[in-house]
Amino acid sequence: MANAIECFNLTKRFPGCVALNEVSLAIPKGQIIGLLGPNGSGKTTLIKIVNGLLTPTAGEILVEGKHPGVETKKAVSYLPERSYLNDWMSVNEMINFFGDFYSDFNKAKAYDMLQRLNINPKDRLKTMSKGTKEKVQLILVMSREAELYVLDEPIGGVDPAARDYILDTIISNYSENAAMLISTHLITDVEKILDGVVFIDRGSIVLSATVDEIREKENKSVDALFREVFKC
Amino acid sequence: MPWDLKSDRPIYAQLMEQIKLLIVSGVYPVGTKLPSVRDMAAEAAVNPNTMQRALAQLENEGLLYSQRTSGRFVTEDADKVMQIKNDFAVGVIHEFLEKMQKLGYNGRQTIALIKRIIEEESENGQRD
Repeated sequence: MANAIECFNLTKRFPGCVALNEVSLAIPKGQIIGLLGPNGSGKTTLIKIVNGLLTPTAGEILVEGKHPGVETKKAVSYLPERSYLNDWMSVNEMINFFGDFYSDFNKAKAYDMLQRLNINPKDRLKTMSKGTKEKVQLILVMSREAELYVLDEPIGGVDPAARDYILDTIISNYSENAAMLISTHLITDVEKILDGVVFIDRGSIVLSATVDEIREKENKSVDALFREVFKC
Repeated sequence: MPWDLKSDRPIYAQLMEQIKLLIVSGVYPVGTKLPSVRDMAAEAAVNPNTMQRALAQLENEGLLYSQRTSGRFVTEDADKVMQIKNDFAVGVIHEFLEKMQKLGYNGRQTIALIKRIIEEESENGQRD
């Protein structure tokens, strides 16, 4: 099975709003794809459907060849847009929690990343700054040996140096058998590590191409193209 | 050497250029083994598939070759490396001449100026 995610005419309606409108999309294994679009374009809705947190109104979605459910959750490592971790827990406790929860969780990897980012595993989440909390969450997500990583706005709150380290971590964790879907507004920072991008606007996919195709055809970066396509 | 990637051109093409530069400048000498794709991608901070594409293209051009089990190497063909080095030099000179032309210097004036500067530099060098 070559695709990590496949959608066919995927539609999600909320009262008075079409969040996704007949989206068809395939994300192959071994690729890092950026999901880009303005605020409210449907990025998070799509991501939540991939993770089984929302059910589609119409159409079909397959994650690792299956409908989202218990089996796909084993294979997907998901960084949600908001924290769901318990504030009173220390990083050590959370690592044990994740280790109990996910059989593919690699504790050594987590401790290694914590050390690199100078985070004390004894610290409790509630004592941490917003950016440090985000780093911890991302470390937990990246420490799984998953088949699909879905990161919803992973680097928004972290400083540029940590951002570089995180992107470096993504590159060095790259595996031909795993895919990654990243939604972000920080296009300049991530475009060098992406295979391709998907532009989504008001629930529809308006462009799907590789980064180098865009640069070749438009003679501009993905960031510049985004600013042009979604000019306010 | 830091990898300097511009935002308006395909990344793989820029990677090819930079790897060529690393080869002609002797960072990766003739016949040596290159680091793994993953390590090179991490160093350049680019997607591993993009790095793979650049390396495959350089292989097609004959500047690199793969050995199935032991990795990727710089060609043993020193003439080929020299030729690419010359191509780079010609490119730099073209660019320079264009700039000189914009400043209003013709070929002869440019050469005279270059001569003078080189002589001055070598005199200064002797004094030091």
